[in-house]
Amino acid sequence: MDILEETRVRLAELFSETSTVETPVADETGQEEVAPRKPGVMVLDSARTGAHLDVLCSPDQVVDVAQIMDGNGFFLEAISGVDWIDKQQLEVIYDYTRQDEQNCRVMTRTFISRTEPALPTLTGVFPAADWHERETFDFYGVHFQNHPNLIRILLPEDADFHPLLKDFMP
Amino acid sequence: METSIWRALLYLVGIMAFAGLNAAYLGWCERKGAARIQRRVGPTEAGWAGLAQPLADGLKLMSKQLLVPDGVDSIIFRVAPVLAMIPAITSMVVIPFSGGIEARGMELSVLLLFALASLSMIAILLGGWASGNKYAIISSARAVSQNLAYEIPMLLTVITIVMISGSMNLREIALDQQGGFWHWNIFRLENGHFVIMWISFIIFFICSIAETNRAPFDMTEAESELVAGYMTEYGSMGFGLFMMGEYLNMVVGACLTTVLFLGGWDCPFGKTPGVWWFLIKIYILLFTVIWIRWTYPRTQIYRLLNLSWKILIPFSLAILIITAALIKVF
Amino acid sequence: MTVPVNLRHDETFVLNLGPQHPATHGVLRVKLTMDGEYIVKAEPVLGYVHRMHEKMAEAGTFAQFMPNTARMDYLHALAFNHGWALVVEKAAGIEVPERAEYIRVITVELNRIASHLLWWAAFLLDLGGFTPLLYAFDDREKIIDLLERVTGSRLTYCYMRFGGVCNDIDDEFISGTRAFIKRLRSRMPRLYHDLVTHNIILIKRIKDIGIVSKEQCRRYGATGPVCRGSGINYDIRKNEPYSVYPEFDFDVPVFDECDSMARYMVRMHEMEQSLRIIEQALDKLPDGPVMGKAPKMLKPEAGYYYSAVETARGSFGHRLVCDGGKNPYKVKLRSPTFSNLSLFGEVAEGMLLADALAFMGSLDLVIPEIDR
Repeated sequence: MDILEETRVRLAELFSETSTVETPVADETGQEEVAPRKPGVMVLDSARTGAHLDVLCSPDQVVDVAQIMDGNGFFLEAISGVDWIDKQQLEVIYDYTRQDEQNCRVMTRTFISRTEPALPTLTGVFPAADWHERETFDFYGVHFQNHPNLIRILLPEDADFHPLLKDFMP
Repeated sequence: METSIWRALLYLVGIMAFAGLNAAYLGWCERKGAARIQRRVGPTEAGWAGLAQPLADGLKLMSKQLLVPDGVDSIIFRVAPVLAMIPAITSMVVIPFSGGIEARGMELSVLLLFALASLSMIAILLGGWASGNKYAIISSARAVSQNLAYEIPMLLTVITIVMISGSMNLREIALDQQGGFWHWNIFRLENGHFVIMWISFIIFFICSIAETNRAPFDMTEAESELVAGYMTEYGSMGFGLFMMGEYLNMVVGACLTTVLFLGGWDCPFGKTPGVWWFLIKIYILLFTVIWIRWTYPRTQIYRLLNLSWKILIPFSLAILIITAALIKVF
Repeated sequence: MTVPVNLRHDETFVLNLGPQHPATHGVLRVKLTMDGEYIVKAEPVLGYVHRMHEKMAEAGTFAQFMPNTARMDYLHALAFNHGWALVVEKAAGIEVPERAEYIRVITVELNRIASHLLWWAAFLLDLGGFTPLLYAFDDREKIIDLLERVTGSRLTYCYMRFGGVCNDIDDEFISGTRAFIKRLRSRMPRLYHDLVTHNIILIKRIKDIGIVSKEQCRRYGATGPVCRGSGINYDIRKNEPYSVYPEFDFDVPVFDECDSMARYMVRMHEMEQSLRIIEQALDKLPDGPVMGKAPKMLKPEAGYYYSAVETARGSFGHRLVCDGGKNPYKVKLRSPTFSNLSLFGEVAEGMLLADALAFMGSLDLVIPEIDR
């Protein structure tokens, strides 16, 4: 079983509904930022989007996903935040990929509230998450619970704003 | 030699001139030599071929404000650079530049030179400590351990020479080697010394580079790690004096190597001995030191100390014993 | 130095390898807690060159971000240009003509060689060898002159556009590049390898220093020569091929020793492989336009896009989130050196200061890329 299939199956076990294979919606109008879908694993067209799997999970499943990824030999490439101000939600995207010849990129997304954003930390699974989470905290204000050293990394330590929020006025 | 006030004055002026010109123009030689090795030209603007560059640098350094930071020990901070220059200039009193040119011959001139070398090491220690800067203190600690380690093989090698020549007077050691290059200590053809003397020469040369803190042994002023080492807090003439002290130490080291191993003022074929041969030899050695600096990267402190304690000292001890045996046998 | 040391944690002092320091390749501050000459704890403090490129991307259109990409890693700016062009072309579905792809590859590989030459020069400067800097800059000057002919800039290139490149290359560029390839190939064995790589002082200085194991590379997300020096064969040009790289025959140097010497050798061999790619690209260069059809005002479809390119320092990724408007909704710049530097804290524990600086030099840091 190739790594893509294997990972998809293991990830799908995390989700109770049988929402395994959903083809992406072909024609999305420009207004919809996010196609509404249930939490689960979706296979993507990697030539078009760059990722092979799209995992939409709830905030407390993030560490479980990371442990499955670690067990399958992926590494954490990046943690990005997106501020959907219209929906009053913050989205955090975790990108995992592999360092060997099997090309497989997995995108894990989770939505949290904009007013009190909090997520469990991944530093226990991937030490790389230490700095990435500090950066996400720095730019969006997302609080990562149990992080060993959650202080600002790029902005000055005494700054009191989070610049990448859409309503930030310098 | 009759003692007269004119002779003393003449030598005083002569030595100060020699020291001053060397300190300044050795810097020019280094910059030109480094430039040619690096495929560029070096200073060309100030004067013809950049010869007025050292004067320009000296003027610049003298006209800068001597900044004394707050947390330093005020007396020692100011004294340390001066202390770095004093041993080098004083050492030139006993060096025999030729048969007739020697400021003040002494029976124990070798001992005097090594005592003064230790004094210059103390100057570095004081300069670093008085600065109150962590980088400077680390650099001084490194300098002390390095200088201590390399003085020992140097002394052992010199004892070997003293045993062969039978005197601690530099002039007598040089006189012992007159008559052509086969009499020089580095080649010493009689009594079978030639087998090992060249090893002695190499050990002594390496130690003299290490004693003067020149690359590849310049961890005390390793720019990329310790900014400028013990000289970090010094500006203008303080820095100038340290740099001049370093060049003068190089000159004294080259003079000592020449007198001990290369026959002093002797011509290689024994024809026309004179001070010009002495000068040619020291400048060839100085050019080699400059060449080595710009070719090799720096070693690490523990490898440097290992080289001295684990390699050079056993070798020089062995050479000492072999030489003693050879002298006894023949 | 692999002898285990007993670090005394109660007799330590804090040494600041401050933002202004000759060895830190930019404004990086490292707070070192030291016991004598041994490092007990090392914490890099970032953010001194932080300019918030991600916000600038959101504030302007897609095309307005192209000059920003060169300012991040100024040493391999063309690869960063290429990465941004790739991700937007992916999102908007723009086709690039073949000649433009070949020109992109030639210029990116020339820039890679220039970046590695500067890394080599700066690395040796840190170790105390002053002369190789000038030999490397001599060759680098030739590359910069060549690239200036076509792009107009010497360092921060803004040469690529969505759909191709903005200027075609002429015959003088091609002949100049061929002459340069011959020149570098003749200089490498003598000046680079005989003088430096086989120098006993250098070998003793970087062999067995800064061991980064395979597992550490994976857990910290290190890519580029750092992971290839630890035995992981991961090069985006081969693993996730983009542009016309599949058409070229080149090797990816991988060394297993995991020390600074391995990373050094990876980069030296990469320079030779880049020369091979450029040669093949020049031989196969097709004719044709250099700019494809792209709308004046780009409005890609809404969605999530990711694209990665192999830069001199590792895998540089763009996570682009579009909402259908003319500005990107969110651009996440995944900088390779950010991940490479994150393992410094763990690996530098127990090292001597001089060794830690040699290790930092072998990681090839460019701080503006970390700070964005």
